Amino acid sequence: MSLIPLVVLFPLVAAAVLLLTGRWWRGRSAGWLATAAIAASFGLAVALLLKLDAMPAAHRELVRHVYEWITVGTFTVGVTFQVDPLSIVMALTVTGIGSLIFLYSIGYMDGDGRYARYFAYLSLFVFFMLTLVLADNFLLLYVGWEGVGLCSYLLIGFWFERPAAANAAKKAFIVTRIGDAAFLIGIVLVWTHFHTLEFSAVFAGAGSSAFTTGSATVIALLFLAGAAGKSAQLPLHTWLPDAMEGPTPVSALIHAATMVTAGVYLIVRSLPIIERSPDAMTVIAVLGVVTSIYAGLSAIGQDDIKRVLAYSTISQVGLMLFAAGLGDPSAAIFLLVAHAFFKALLFLSAGSVIHGLHDEQDMMRMGGLRRAMPFTAAVWIVGALAIAGIPPLSGFFAKDEAVAAAGLLGRYGLWVCGLIASFLTAIYIGRATFMVFFGAPRYEGEPHEPAPVMRVPMGVLAIGTLFAGILGISPTTGILPTFLGAPEFPANAPSEFVLDTVAVVLGLAGLALAWFAYGSGRIDWVALRVRFAWVKRPLQRGLYVDDAYALVLGDGGKLAAAALAAFDRSWVDGIVGLVASATGSLASAGRRIQTGLVRTYAAAFLLGAVCVLWFLAARAT
Amino acid sequence: MGFLILFWATASIAVASAIAMLFMRNAVHAALMLIVNFFCIAVFFLMLGSQFLFVVQIIVYAGAIMVLFLFVIMLLGVDRQEDLHERIPGQRWIAVLLGAGLVAEIVVAVRLGLGLSTGHAARLAALNRGGNVRALAAVLFNRYFFPFEVTSVLLIVAAVGVVLLGRRYAGDGTAARPAAIATRAGDGSGDGDGPAGTGGDPGGDLERVP
Amino acid sequence: MRTPTEWYLVVSALLFTIGTVGVLVRRNALVIFMSIELQLNAVNLSLVAFSRQWGNLVGQVLAFFSMTVAAAEVVVGLAIIVALYRKRGSANVDDASLLRW
Repeated sequence: MSLIPLVVLFPLVAAAVLLLTGRWWRGRSAGWLATAAIAASFGLAVALLLKLDAMPAAHRELVRHVYEWITVGTFTVGVTFQVDPLSIVMALTVTGIGSLIFLYSIGYMDGDGRYARYFAYLSLFVFFMLTLVLADNFLLLYVGWEGVGLCSYLLIGFWFERPAAANAAKKAFIVTRIGDAAFLIGIVLVWTHFHTLEFSAVFAGAGSSAFTTGSATVIALLFLAGAAGKSAQLPLHTWLPDAMEGPTPVSALIHAATMVTAGVYLIVRSLPIIERSPDAMTVIAVLGVVTSIYAGLSAIGQDDIKRVLAYSTISQVGLMLFAAGLGDPSAAIFLLVAHAFFKALLFLSAGSVIHGLHDEQDMMRMGGLRRAMPFTAAVWIVGALAIAGIPPLSGFFAKDEAVAAAGLLGRYGLWVCGLIASFLTAIYIGRATFMVFFGAPRYEGEPHEPAPVMRVPMGVLAIGTLFAGILGISPTTGILPTFLGAPEFPANAPSEFVLDTVAVVLGLAGLALAWFAYGSGRIDWVALRVRFAWVKRPLQRGLYVDDAYALVLGDGGKLAAAALAAFDRSWVDGIVGLVASATGSLASAGRRIQTGLVRTYAAAFLLGAVCVLWFLAARAT
Repeated sequence: MGFLILFWATASIAVASAIAMLFMRNAVHAALMLIVNFFCIAVFFLMLGSQFLFVVQIIVYAGAIMVLFLFVIMLLGVDRQEDLHERIPGQRWIAVLLGAGLVAEIVVAVRLGLGLSTGHAARLAALNRGGNVRALAAVLFNRYFFPFEVTSVLLIVAAVGVVLLGRRYAGDGTAARPAAIATRAGDGSGDGDGPAGTGGDPGGDLERVP
Repeated sequence: MRTPTEWYLVVSALLFTIGTVGVLVRRNALVIFMSIELQLNAVNLSLVAFSRQWGNLVGQVLAFFSMTVAAAEVVVGLAIIVALYRKRGSANVDDASLLRW
């Protein structure tokens, strides 16, 4: 039981040590320290998993109370960690994928002037993320929530000398703030209804009839807003493409595998509350799938390899929320885990390409790289096939299961939307694959494969991507669903096989289309780009959502500020100036009384005396 | 009857001389008019049964105070004709207006009999039986002894104050006499300072200042 | 018949007012001072008139003190005027206007 706090503490200690003593660490040793810390956490997490597995299914929960954090009257919040199937799966994902990415970073960030600080921030991030997933109450979760937001800001803006990076960091922080504010209001409402913030107590109370559907809807929607901010869903998604300014391992860890999935975790964790409101569930599912389609379309129009992956992340997270909103949390988490594998893999491969081409990210200046970088090409293709949902890779089992859940539940409208999202996924990843690794080379220089310390994590992730499907072969009886709690599907549902086949066919069709356009050489897609620029440009600009924000909020804000400034200058300053000048004028007029002549003063005396006498005489009569 | 005639005559002269004083452009003439006015008031005192004050008025006011005034007027040479032009706008109008108002108010008050009650003139006569001086002394040195002493202190203070105020300072335009006295009193070795002294004009302080 | 007290009061009022007007209108410091003396005398007159009215000597005593103090006041006032004259070379009251705005 005392293992639990250590899981969280190892990365924190590494972060503290590196922050305080970072400048005295030579070479890559700082990276090895951080990796060791997170690998230790992973080991402990595995031990906890085994412990949990040995317990009977209904009571799988380990709670460890560290100390009483807040006690104000009846309001008490403790630093208490809770290990149950959901949180251990999240913790394993974070530490496992994290360890591999740390390892990769040792090589990727080699030579950077702030090497130790990079690993300090990264370790700090892992600490907060673990706090988030292992918390047993909403407030501690919120602490982790905010902490990962902070680390995201620090890491996106790691190369802060570049204005683009600094601005992207600010944008990420501010946009997620909006979601965080809504989330906090949601937490306050939870307190109002349940007078406690502990999960167990809250979820127990959520089932009672005293908790109305209306309140559930409000809280659910507020939580959804928070999740939308953190997980980059519409309309708070604009920060994620810009967040690609950070180092590629950061994009892989934070903006693919872990932080952006925190929103999904929140929704899944809070399902007992959210399920009380069928309307909220529908909103979540619809928002997820709409975001997924939107992001898929936008991904097709991107030329920067990392931005393709960024929009891809938005799209996949949308599918996770889609599954959660349908009431199939195990599918959502399964997709989360599988996505962590293949998205991290894709990002690390992209990082390898970028590194090999000396910081070139424009796909128009790549091409035919499979001959120069065969290993990278191979692992990328594994990831691409997974994300396109081709069996027997994990992506097929996870993604298509999420989409199929809609069909199994009889909600065919949403199912079709999910299929569209999948189709778009295949198209954009195929396009990226063919543009980068196939065709005639359009790049300059001699690209080379990365160092072994970077290739090992990529290889491990590729293996994981290939075989992680084992975890959830069947949506009802697979390892993960039974561990997390399997959903129930109505008996008259269409067969899984049919649904899955449709999805696979669409995936293959998408890849084929991409091959036809970009890989086969039969179409001059370079010329088509120019002819269809009126289609491509809106897609590349993300359907101008970000630009709309900049116009309304940014320029609108500046306009309002200018108006207020003008008002302040003319009216407020004017009034102040008026008071001053009025006083001056009054004084100027008033000082004429001081003639300095004795005789006028004497006249004044006499006037006064006459008046007083008159008054007295009048009173006496 | 006789008293009435005396009253009207004296009153007329008093008021006339006062107004005349107002209009005199030469300061000495104004002072002389004031002296006439004081004499009239002395007569009033006599008519009102205060013989002591009658005498004191003439001795002190007309005899001492006005003489002092005349000394100063002639000392300072301010007996030139005063300029008639009034520089403060509206001053004369204000003065006349307010003056008329003042008189009107007091007359009205008097007419209304404010502060006046049934007279006890007979009592005054009784009091004055041993002579006004004796009667006055009886009141003055019994009930009002303390104010009497205080007034004497006041006179001493006034005298001291005047001596101080009369001192001369450098930059006055007149020589300081103390310097001349000092050289004569003591040092035969002398700094050679005669009455022609330390950088002032050698004349006395009684000389007219131009 | 005895002259009524009111008549003395009216005369006193007239003299007082003439003195007041003199203070306001004349520019020579000494003439102003003389007008003030006129005012004092007018008041003395009314005091003595009241003394007769009331039938006691309090008014006369007060008039006596008033004269004494007036004498002291004249002395000091003239000394001041002399000092001022020495400083400025002028007895015109309008010339002492340093307190002007």
